[in-house]
Amino acid sequence: MAAGGSIDALSQFKLEPVLGLDFTQSNVMMIVAGVLTFGLLWLGMRPRAMVPGRLQSAAEMAYETVLGMCTETIGPEGRAFFPFVFTLFFFILFGNLLGVFPFFFTYTSHIAVTLALTVFVVGLVTVVAIRIHGWHFLSYFVPQGVPGALLPLLVPIEILSYLSRLISLSVRLFANMMAGHVMLEVFGAFVVMLGAAGVIFWIPAGFSLAVNVALIGFELLVATLQAYVFAILTCIYLHDAVHLH
Amino acid sequence: MDLASAKAIGAGIAVIALSGVGVGIGYIFAALVSSVARNPAARERVFGLAILGFALTEAVALYALVIAFIILFV
Repeated sequence: MAAGGSIDALSQFKLEPVLGLDFTQSNVMMIVAGVLTFGLLWLGMRPRAMVPGRLQSAAEMAYETVLGMCTETIGPEGRAFFPFVFTLFFFILFGNLLGVFPFFFTYTSHIAVTLALTVFVVGLVTVVAIRIHGWHFLSYFVPQGVPGALLPLLVPIEILSYLSRLISLSVRLFANMMAGHVMLEVFGAFVVMLGAAGVIFWIPAGFSLAVNVALIGFELLVATLQAYVFAILTCIYLHDAVHLH
Repeated sequence: MDLASAKAIGAGIAVIALSGVGVGIGYIFAALVSSVARNPAARERVFGLAILGFALTEAVALYALVIAFIILFV
């Protein structure tokens, strides 16, 4: 943790092969997240009770929240995209939440994972737009009500902003998760360093331990929030694809 | 100037961007407070929007943080 007086904050993200296979702890956590999502929905919905129990309420609440997000943002067509957004939301949510547990790995803290998700989202949005509108889709890059002389300037900007979704969406999720875990690591290292420095430093060590506890609560908030933000931005992009502006 | 101190100074400069983020988050919650004060019934709906705006602004802070980390560690 604290090697030679400096804080090694980034080594926690190192991938290690599991059981000597070509399979890292990141992949293991993805499978765990998938199994947990499936377990929550399957076990939660098995009773099919009129008055839902705790697990069934959780499953129904998640379903209704994401369905509301889809239909309110995209419109009535949003139902078609609901399974996709639901899957995306739960994959990211469980990835973020599992990372808060000690010794668990956060796969969303790797840009490779988030960029792959984002490439899939932006690719799907483009395919949907082309399937619905055909070549008319290209009018998306031409802002309406703009003098023709400005178009050579504005069209490249529109294209760039369309492509920059790839970076903003992926870096937002990755940076949030990585920065949160680095902060936890830094304050954890403070506790160890101050605790080792002598009895007088135990009070500031306790203070940074308290900060770490508060940060874990904050991480729970950020984990849920970022999954929500990723899902809602996917919905907004899909709205643009379905309605063109 | 040796490389290590130049890196430390560069990382410090990179997080100046946080001042803008602070102003932005302040604006978002100022708008949230005033709109809830005007119309308390709209709280549910406006709160979701504010949280979305907060997350998008906070992401800018994290871009700066990532740049600082890249300068420091990579």
